[in-house]
Amino acid sequence: MEPTLVINDMTEAADAPPRSNGELVFEAPWQGRVFGIAVALQERQAIGWNDFRDRLVQAITEGETGGEAYYESWLKALDSILVDSDHIDAAELEQRTHDYLNGERDEIF
Amino acid sequence: MSGHHPEPMSEVEARARALESLLYEKGLLTPSAVDAVVNAFEHEIGPLNGAKVVARAWVDPEYRARLQSNAAAAIAELGFAGTQGEHMVAVENTPEVHNVVVCTLCSCYPWPVLGLPPKWYKDLAYRSRVVLEPRAVLKEFGTELPDEVDVRVWDSSAEIRYLVIPERPAGTEDMTEEQLAGLVTRDSMIGVAPALVPDRR
Repeated sequence: MEPTLVINDMTEAADAPPRSNGELVFEAPWQGRVFGIAVALQERQAIGWNDFRDRLVQAITEGETGGEAYYESWLKALDSILVDSDHIDAAELEQRTHDYLNGERDEIF
Repeated sequence: MSGHHPEPMSEVEARARALESLLYEKGLLTPSAVDAVVNAFEHEIGPLNGAKVVARAWVDPEYRARLQSNAAAAIAELGFAGTQGEHMVAVENTPEVHNVVVCTLCSCYPWPVLGLPPKWYKDLAYRSRVVLEPRAVLKEFGTELPDEVDVRVWDSSAEIRYLVIPERPAGTEDMTEEQLAGLVTRDSMIGVAPALVPDRR
C-alpha cells in the first residue's frame, strides 16, 4: 500500500536512477563538489565543523524565506567561513565567479 | 557525471567552481581529496551500513548491549566511522516506544551509517512538523501507531546523531543476518517507517 503523502516532495522522484535504498545523492555535479570541499576542509582541520554548521543553519534559515536550494546554503556557509578566516579573498572570489560566468574560465574539476 | 556543460553556468554553479579553483590554487585542497569524498558518498557510504548494524543487533544480544552503551564504538566494530558519526546514540523501538529522528535546524544526520539524508529530511516541512505533530507526520509515511505507544522525537545536534533500531519483524526467526539486513530500510532507521516484513511465499 502506498502511503498518502501530504508533505511536499516527500516521495522519491519517479525518474531518479534506481537505487535499492536511497535516492540520487547529488542533483548536479557542483553540489557534490561543494559538499566534498566542506568535508575535505574539515578533515584537514582548515575549518571547524561546529562553526560551519552554525553558518549553515543561518544560511538555511535565510534561504527558507528566499527560496534557496539546499546546497546553495552549503556554498554560502563555505564562502563566509573561508572569507572570515582569510583563506579566500572576497573580491578575488567575485572576480573569479565573473570569469566563469563570462566563459573566460571553464575548467571544471 | 562528466563536467561537460551544454548550457550556460548558473550563478551558483559559477560561484562554486570559482571557490573550488581558488582553494586549489592556494594549496588548501587538492582535487583528489574532494574526489575521494564525493566518490565515497556516491558509491560506498549509505544506509546499507546502518542496516548491517541493525541486523547484527537483532541477532546478537551482546552486540546490541554494546550498541546501546557506546554506539559509535559498536558501529566502528563493523568498520563504519568518520565525519558526523563520532557521537552516536542508538535508540531502540519497542512495542511501547517509537523513536523518530530529525534535525530541526539544518540537516545533521549519521553519515557513516546512513549516507546523506533524503530530500524530505532537509525540508522545512518535515523539520518543523515532526516535532509538533509526530503522529500525523508518521501517518503520512504510512506508519500509524496505536495511541498507547509513546512517540519520542530526537533532535540531532552538532554533537549527537541518532540511529533508530527498528523492531525486528515477526516471522524472521529463521533468517540469516544478511537476509535480515535486507529488511532494514533507510526510513526505518530514521524512524518514519517500520522494517520491512519478509515476503511470504
